[in-house]
Amino acid sequence: MLELLGDNSWIAGKVLVATWETIYMVLTSTVLSYLVGLPLGIILVTTAENHIMENKGFNRVLGSIVNAARSVPFIIFLILLIPLTRFLIGTSIGTVASIVPLTFAAIPFVARMVETSLKEIEWGLVEAAISMGANVRQIVTKVLLPEAMPSLLLGFAITAINLVGYSAMAGIVGGGGLGTLAYYYGYQRYEDTVMLITVIVLIILVQGVQMLGDNLANKIVNKRR
Amino acid sequence: MIEIKNLSKIYAASGQEVLALDDVSLTVKKGEVFGIIGLSGAGKSTLIRCINMLEKPTRGSITVDGSEITSLSKSELRLARQKIGMIFQQFNLLSSRNVYDNVMFPLEIAEVPRPEANKRVQELLELVGLTGKAGMHPGQLSGGQKQRVGIARALANGPKLLLSDEATSALDPQTTRSILKLLKDINRKLNLTILLITHDMNVIKEVCDRVAVIDNSRIVELGDVLEVFSNPQTPTSHSFVNAVISKEVPAELLHSSTERNGDTVAKLIRVSFIGASAGEPLISSMIRRYDIDVNIIYGNIDRIKDTPFGNLTLELIGKPGLLQDALDYLRNQGLEIEVLGNA
Repeated sequence: MLELLGDNSWIAGKVLVATWETIYMVLTSTVLSYLVGLPLGIILVTTAENHIMENKGFNRVLGSIVNAARSVPFIIFLILLIPLTRFLIGTSIGTVASIVPLTFAAIPFVARMVETSLKEIEWGLVEAAISMGANVRQIVTKVLLPEAMPSLLLGFAITAINLVGYSAMAGIVGGGGLGTLAYYYGYQRYEDTVMLITVIVLIILVQGVQMLGDNLANKIVNKRR
Repeated sequence: MIEIKNLSKIYAASGQEVLALDDVSLTVKKGEVFGIIGLSGAGKSTLIRCINMLEKPTRGSITVDGSEITSLSKSELRLARQKIGMIFQQFNLLSSRNVYDNVMFPLEIAEVPRPEANKRVQELLELVGLTGKAGMHPGQLSGGQKQRVGIARALANGPKLLLSDEATSALDPQTTRSILKLLKDINRKLNLTILLITHDMNVIKEVCDRVAVIDNSRIVELGDVLEVFSNPQTPTSHSFVNAVISKEVPAELLHSSTERNGDTVAKLIRVSFIGASAGEPLISSMIRRYDIDVNIIYGNIDRIKDTPFGNLTLELIGKPGLLQDALDYLRNQGLEIEVLGNA
């Protein structure tokens, strides 16, 4: 690849750094969004009608908040969260600063992904646990989460992939990573090579994450078969 | 062991109230196998699920082993549930765990210390005959093996009561028999009370001591299995019994072809017998005593739990007076006689 670049070999360094920045942003914000989104998803499922912590009113309110947050386009999220980002990080520009809007944008998405995964579990399994005298914590940690693990892993991969896309968008407003590289060099300086390489790296990243997710999920499913 | 008093359950479904259980009362004795039979939708599933409060009763009370389950606090109810095992039609095993860990599951819930729990799991796997399958996942097991895991799991915390929610309904007849045999064994070995629901009278016949027939949300008949089988009181019970024990005589056999003399008549009767009387030569002694001919049209013998039970359709031919005497004789010997007609 380096030989192909010829006297453009400076690009390689830039791409490497940008790729690392993207991976760092995406991974951190995915993990952080799960710290909040996973419990939210669990609460969304378990407070639903006829579930183990049924609370219809609370469920409806929480569901509406999640939906409202999900309907805000990411680009607006980016701008809306600038004050918060400044408060938390001290600046609204750069890789670390991007993690804030990425995380917040992903939380409602993660909550719904987790909710969907946990909803797939046969009610009979939950009922069996109830019949054995399990409490809510035991049902969540011993039934819902382990049973939904393959689906949860796929959800994790999808979230990470979404955040790769979002991180590129954040890059345009100075978020760092491959997005910034593509925008400053590829778009503003007409460096088509940079643009092309950025896109290729993004494709590889997305493929890699998806394959990793699929493999892990399949491994678990096969073991259970 | 279980005392159900005036239990009612009303479901509110899309603005409409559905009565699933209507003033049900029954008592299950310690150590017995009690069966509840009914068609789907009759309310039997709701009934069994009320006993460990998977369904909340609308009215009435349920007492299990002295404690009123319907009035326990949440944490008391959890403890009570640990002492009530339950097995299911769809087994409900955790696919995330292997056989060993599935049996371990209720012990984890009850927070039994590891060494003790490990020992217990080994014992249980041995009891249900799955020692070699500990490391397998539920997906690799047959239906019968899955239900064995379900039974081991249900017994993990040493319950006094086992609830069986159509546990054999997803199994083939042969596997059903082996699972029923296992249930019978643990009933005897552990003096475990079993309450089961089913739509299959064979299950009742194989393992139950007493049976309640539920129809249209109410218990319409309740008694010893033998009693209900030999003398069902309601049309619902009749059809359940007939599904297992064929009493219907093929129509073409009902037309007598026996030649008779001028003053003899023929009567078609059905004789039912239970237990000991099945072993006595009552028919031949009747023939010897009274001057009549007997033509055997149809016969059937079965076994309910450990008691022989059967019925015989006979054509009696002789002088009218003698026929009447012969019938009285059989009745006096304690046989159940039903006159089907004059052939």
